[in-house]
Amino acid sequence: MASDIAQLAQALRARKISAIELARQALAAAQARSDLNAFVTLDENAALGAARRADAALAAGAALPLCGIPFVHKDIFCTNGIRTTCASRMLENFVPPYDAAVVEKLADAQAVSIGKANMDEFAMGSSNENSCFGAVRNPWDATRVPGGSSGGSAAAVAAGIVPFATGTDTGGSIRQPAAFCGITGLKPTYGRVSRWGMIAYASSLDCAGVLAHTAADCAQVFAAMAGHDARDATSVDRPCDDYVGALSTKLQGIKIGVARESFGAGVSAGVDAATREALAQYEKLGATLVDVSLPHAALAIPAYYVIAPAEASSNLARYDGVRYGHRCADPQSLEDLYTRSRGEGFGAEVKRRILVGTYALSAGYYDAYYLRAQRARRVIANDFAEAFKSVDLIAGPTAPTVAFKLGEKTSDPLAMYAADVNTVAVNLAGLPAISIPAGFSENLPVGLQLIAPAFAESALLAAAHQFQLATDWHTRESGA
Amino acid sequence: MSWQPVIGLEIHAQLSTRSKLFSGASTAYGAEPNTQAALLDVALPGTLPVPNRAALDKAIAFGLAINATIARHSVFARKNYFYPDLPKGYQISQYEAPIVGNGTLGVRTDDGRTLEVAIERAHLEEDAGKSLHDAFHAATGLDFNRAGVPLLEIVSKPVLHSAQDAVAYMRAVHTLVRWLGVCDGNMQEGSFRCDANVSVRRAGTDKLGTRTEIKNVNSFRFVEKAIEYEIERQIRALENDEAIVQETRLYDAAAHRTLPMRGKEDADDYRYFPDPDLPPLAVSETDIDAVRAALPELPDARRRRYIESLGLPESDATQLCADKHIADYFEATLAALPGQAKLCANWVLGELAAALNVENLPIEASRVDAPALARLLERVREGAISGKTAKDVFAAMWAGEGDADADAIIAARGLKQISDSGALAAAVDVVIAEFPEQLADYRAGNDKLLQFFVGQAMKRLRGQGNPQQLNALIRERLSSR
Repeated sequence: MASDIAQLAQALRARKISAIELARQALAAAQARSDLNAFVTLDENAALGAARRADAALAAGAALPLCGIPFVHKDIFCTNGIRTTCASRMLENFVPPYDAAVVEKLADAQAVSIGKANMDEFAMGSSNENSCFGAVRNPWDATRVPGGSSGGSAAAVAAGIVPFATGTDTGGSIRQPAAFCGITGLKPTYGRVSRWGMIAYASSLDCAGVLAHTAADCAQVFAAMAGHDARDATSVDRPCDDYVGALSTKLQGIKIGVARESFGAGVSAGVDAATREALAQYEKLGATLVDVSLPHAALAIPAYYVIAPAEASSNLARYDGVRYGHRCADPQSLEDLYTRSRGEGFGAEVKRRILVGTYALSAGYYDAYYLRAQRARRVIANDFAEAFKSVDLIAGPTAPTVAFKLGEKTSDPLAMYAADVNTVAVNLAGLPAISIPAGFSENLPVGLQLIAPAFAESALLAAAHQFQLATDWHTRESGA
Repeated sequence: MSWQPVIGLEIHAQLSTRSKLFSGASTAYGAEPNTQAALLDVALPGTLPVPNRAALDKAIAFGLAINATIARHSVFARKNYFYPDLPKGYQISQYEAPIVGNGTLGVRTDDGRTLEVAIERAHLEEDAGKSLHDAFHAATGLDFNRAGVPLLEIVSKPVLHSAQDAVAYMRAVHTLVRWLGVCDGNMQEGSFRCDANVSVRRAGTDKLGTRTEIKNVNSFRFVEKAIEYEIERQIRALENDEAIVQETRLYDAAAHRTLPMRGKEDADDYRYFPDPDLPPLAVSETDIDAVRAALPELPDARRRRYIESLGLPESDATQLCADKHIADYFEATLAALPGQAKLCANWVLGELAAALNVENLPIEASRVDAPALARLLERVREGAISGKTAKDVFAAMWAGEGDADADAIIAARGLKQISDSGALAAAVDVVIAEFPEQLADYRAGNDKLLQFFVGQAMKRLRGQGNPQQLNALIRERLSSR
């Protein structure tokens, strides 16, 4: 399948293909690549219904830019009448009675969802191994992880099944899988996309975003997703830019900050080399590289792994077996109902984070953990604000390594957490960032992360697009 | 050595908004279970809270009425605990930064003292759902209609020293919240509830004793009795050298005692933290000014005005200002009958209050409205009917006779007083001519016979003679020769 949304849109308008045919192709491709385990649910009826409406809009000359384009939603967005699991035993049979804001917006944009993508349970994980439906495989190497938590979304796009997918990013869950799978992943500014109907992991960090092959595609989808929503009190009431129109903005004269801290210990030689080469490419395109410092970068991991679990411990309290979701058989008492329903419904990583978060919020520990983490969060945000006084963007490796082997880190959660070092700080500061394909190491894709000031998605997407006009990393296809 | 009780109250006033604190569901009482529960109220995954500005404005109104500080940034926090009627597994409340802080409320006690009760804070929070333990066999039903209904928790400092003072304070808060229109005050429906913190200490010492908390007592009388019992229980225990256990107790009205609540208390750790779904609630000077501008005249100010400007006795003013609807009714009557404050007050607190009381109606549901009452009282004032007749007319109005119009009833029943001196004189002349013996007796000095002649004349006038005029006329005729 051609991957470029603009090309597909043109083909649809030229009647070279119909939305129905595109949807059928995507569904067939998804089935053909069931080895990837990228999908939790494929909904042919819903997909064909949406495709039919898209064809009608095309015929009526009322087609919007995403009309008839097939895609997949991460299974964290509530879909009315279609089960939404968060890849958890707890919600294995949960069918929401309503659509998430992002689901509404993409339906209104006439895009065609073919189903729901696999993910780490409740978006907790960096490898997509924490899914009750099993791990997702990396299309570049089936023995490797696709990254997480939006691993199903990333694999589906990288394997060419759909041209784009929605994702969520709480500590890197869009950018890191995009990097591992050789595609482009945009995490918008916190508050730019509504969280209504997006199942919460850590509310102050969760962002909905998009994964696609190119920055131009991301811009097109992001334009359809972004905007104020009165149903989300953290949604920002401020007009959106013309993200697609801004893509042609040239790089001449822009300053890109390079933070020493993002090339720290743990960054593999291959990732380091590919990243530096990509930065050199930016210089060729007219950007100036400036050394910047993010002196408190080391606080990001500890702060994130206190704040996110703390919020999660509270957000996940609603899964109690009482109203919906997994309920243990034959509860003997209220205590028994809670203990077994939650014990059976949640996987190990979710339980670990609930425990950590509960501990961090407990009387006597709150000040030492939660409050200190919040202070660290402010300091990290200030570091970025300081750096953005002298540069337009900040660049560095998205992840310290290429995709690792399935099972490689499952027994060492701290090693798994440590690999999030360059992505989590961005969530703590609420900033927009993008990961773009920037080369290869060990025959596996390397991602370059660009970070922008709040609400500067236009600059971010333009910088990514200009790079992609000059390089072909994003066009390489996974062979596995 | 004597003991001093120390009491603080936590009052939960349900804010009378149409929709819930964070969802659009209705707050109307008494609907079928779970028909007023939005997606958020059953905590479906992905749902988010959005603050109801109307609830915020009501909290601000209360804060302004007690001269409290209104926080420019108040913070919603999550109070985490598991219970089946708490769908999210946490209650959204306010913890470190409440919307209202540090105010005072003037309270008049029954024995005529005035207390300035310090109110530490008032914060917004959502109510929980309701567990129905008796509705189903071997199962508990859950009704989420109440889940998310806005409450204002009003926390006094521990500055009350008797059960009577505590109840006087509670009544003052009850009057105020209803006066402001922020809460309907309905205790049967649970719109106004109270927890009491009670401890005792040796008189003359400052250190607070160990307190107990009496939960959810839903009438003024029971609050008084529960606190009284608890004070006695604690004094008895301390005098027997028993320690008071800090615990939550429930009041058993039938047995008139408080009992410890089972379990639960051992390790309450609610893990409060700021709700990440809700940015700090910003309140601007403009917001506050708008609420202030819409505030009604407060009960205390109005009471003073009734005494000082209208010349009402203190007791009338106090009774009228116990309820804004009563005071408003009084003023509406007075507006139609300028200068007759005392007459209006007498009737509102007398005949009208008695009639309402018989049917247990609030004054808003009175069968006789203020303009109608004023028309009746106008007839009394001008002497067209006597006060006694007016009571009969009022009863007829109350019963709906003549479309509850005083003039229609007076006309239909022919009750209009005869004040025409010619008609009165004619009747008097007839009576005097009719009873020559009695006339002679009177003239011989039997003064008591005056009333006999008045009675006879009134009879001829079918009871409609103006009594003052008739009296004067007969006295004059009997004395003249």
